[in-house]
Amino acid sequence: MRTRSVEERAVLADCFAFVGCLLCAGLGATLLFASPNGGMAFHGLLLLVASLAALAAVVEFSFDSVRQLPKGYMDGPIKVAAIAAVIWGIAGFVVGDLIAWQLAIPALNLDLPWTSFGRLRPLHTSAVIFAFGGNVLVATSLYVVQRTCRARLPGRWAPWFVVWGYQLFLLVAGTGYLLGITQSKEYAEPEWYADLWLTVVWVVYLAIFLGTLARRKEPHIYVANWFYLAFIVTIAMLHLVNNAAMPVSLTSAKSYIVYSGVQDAMTQWWYGHNAVGFFLTAGFLGIMYYFIPKRVERPIYSYRLSIVHFWTLIFLYIWAGPHHLHYTALPDWAQTLGMTFSIMLWMPSWGGMINGLMTLSGAWDKLRTDPVVRFLVVSVAFYGMSTFEGPVMSIKAVNSLSHYTDWTIGHVHSGALGWVAMVSFGALYCLLPWLWKKSGMYSMRLIEWHFWTATIGILLYITAMWVSGITQGLMWRAYDRLGFLQYSFIETVEAMRPYYIIRALGGLLFLVGALIMAYNVWRTLSEEETVEAAAPTAETVRQLPIGAVA
Amino acid sequence: MQHEAFEKNSLLLLIGILIVVSIGGLVQIAPLFWVDSTIEKVRGMRPYTPLEQAGRDIYVREGCYGCHSQMIRTLRDEVERYGHYSLAAESMYDHPFQWGSKRTGPDLARVGGKYSDLWHAEHLGNPRALVPESIMPGYPWLAETKLDGRDMMAKLMTLKRVGVPYSEDMLKNAEQDLIAQISPDTRKAAELVRRYPKAKVAKFDNKPGQEPSELDALIAYLQMLGTLVDFATFDAAGPNLR
Repeated sequence: MRTRSVEERAVLADCFAFVGCLLCAGLGATLLFASPNGGMAFHGLLLLVASLAALAAVVEFSFDSVRQLPKGYMDGPIKVAAIAAVIWGIAGFVVGDLIAWQLAIPALNLDLPWTSFGRLRPLHTSAVIFAFGGNVLVATSLYVVQRTCRARLPGRWAPWFVVWGYQLFLLVAGTGYLLGITQSKEYAEPEWYADLWLTVVWVVYLAIFLGTLARRKEPHIYVANWFYLAFIVTIAMLHLVNNAAMPVSLTSAKSYIVYSGVQDAMTQWWYGHNAVGFFLTAGFLGIMYYFIPKRVERPIYSYRLSIVHFWTLIFLYIWAGPHHLHYTALPDWAQTLGMTFSIMLWMPSWGGMINGLMTLSGAWDKLRTDPVVRFLVVSVAFYGMSTFEGPVMSIKAVNSLSHYTDWTIGHVHSGALGWVAMVSFGALYCLLPWLWKKSGMYSMRLIEWHFWTATIGILLYITAMWVSGITQGLMWRAYDRLGFLQYSFIETVEAMRPYYIIRALGGLLFLVGALIMAYNVWRTLSEEETVEAAAPTAETVRQLPIGAVA
Repeated sequence: MQHEAFEKNSLLLLIGILIVVSIGGLVQIAPLFWVDSTIEKVRGMRPYTPLEQAGRDIYVREGCYGCHSQMIRTLRDEVERYGHYSLAAESMYDHPFQWGSKRTGPDLARVGGKYSDLWHAEHLGNPRALVPESIMPGYPWLAETKLDGRDMMAKLMTLKRVGVPYSEDMLKNAEQDLIAQISPDTRKAAELVRRYPKAKVAKFDNKPGQEPSELDALIAYLQMLGTLVDFATFDAAGPNLR
């Protein structure tokens, strides 16, 4: 069989994209007109509009650019994901702070379905984890894999499909919650049809990631890519198993999960904890392993440690789920296994932290002079703190106090704000000028301001939640002298109010920091000045894979 | 160094990752489906009535699980505050489970029968009218929204497909039972209770009308939570086979 020329393959790709858009538009129109459920029909409309927009883009570019064949790295979709991360981040923080205020001032629920805490809370969690965090991961992974492999992403349209298809998923999921379309599994709330769409997007994401690895010009796969690959593959596995559901009909938004009760609980927290482990940890460790060495211009501290840390982390994490189910109807053996592995997980977590922090050896002065380095390093410090706190909370005796209280919420946010968001901000401050070929961000001073408002916000948040969580846990189990429970439930709710206000103020500071970033990003991208060469030259990257220690 | 093999072959790396991340889940989840002692059988468990299931769907829709658990742990203070610790069998027909992860409000695993229907109707509409310190959102629209029961039979059939033992009789009468549960002292209500023992029949939302509101459904669900197993006769160590 003769091999097709580059031009022929481009034409084929365009035809394929064209047909794909038509099929999606047809599917959208079908849902729009066939579903008796208003929410699902609305989602059909979204799919229809998105497909038609994609169709217009395909038509426009296929005529225009068959002659302009691809060369160099493919950064267009990465730019979209990076900007989307900033926008979604702010949306997620706004909703988060709103629901924080709702807990202090319940009138803010407005007595309306679309603005009540129960529907906004999954909107907040999905917006920050999957929309903000997810877009940061998509942007950085596609950037890093190209640079460390010295290869272009495969596919003419596939990377665009991944980025825009993912935004469509987020839009469908988020508007679904507001309309009451949810399957109620925490961090896996989107209903069956949104899940199916995400599956398609995710498979293409995996394919272009593997495709880039396959055509790499570097002999070794760089360590950041191991983590990104583990993140992509494991999330696919978790998503497919945990979301197994039976729709009521093909035009009904409602489905029932195939598992029930105790098995469903175990499956959910196997998923839930590993959404933390693989989405919010492995993926962001990939960021750490590229952006910290790049920014401080030092090789990774220990190559050997990164191997040990990688395999032990992914092996142990997957066992930790049952610590969400201590003293419940889950069999004891499973609870004990979950606790044991959660405690062991402390070691690889700190291995990663040490590897990240010690990369600064000989460059510690940058912590003082470069606020972006400070974001990256403080994020790793928060990672170390919350991966110590986690194992402690997984101990059954501690968990009996902490579970069901705000301590858990505080723990999650020390990880999510302190680690995930801070490392994301640091990475975005590096990535955005690189992508738009600027010499740097518009203002370092504003980055300083962002750093301090965010850090103070996080500290207010987590200290308030420690106090409220431990207070409430102790009040629930307090007995009076006669052996009766000392407090009614509502008394323990009342005691939380000051801490809820402090928490909401902390969240507000964090949001202000993100707004400062958005302004800084806008000014950076709209500046006239551009630099000739993209900052991340292959030179430093090429030394990283093995040059570290071996 | 041997690790080079993984670093130089993306497919090998992929397979390695897949094997390593599969082990934990296989060991922890798979046995729960075939080890009999995972769910010890108890007397009294039955599938939800159509109205209760509709209420449960509303509970899910409104995200109640974000603030209320339905899982009483085996701890002294919890058992004294909420009642007997939750048994695995008590959520065996729950697709999906609603154990929750946070108690911004109290546990609801045994809230059934603790308050009157009227209390629930008032409280759901305006929680602070009854509990001034409460921070729960109000749900006034539930009372005004007619329950959409059109696909109730399809929903029960879907649940049957995923393992809930609805009988032909139950499926056939799904839509009739939906109305029957808010029609006390009727023949159809008696049929409902025969099909679903211990089902509570009442006009839950305390409003006149022949058709159930969403509030009816939600209260019907809340009022049955934790009431199916009779803990006066339950013996954790003894035989409780159905």
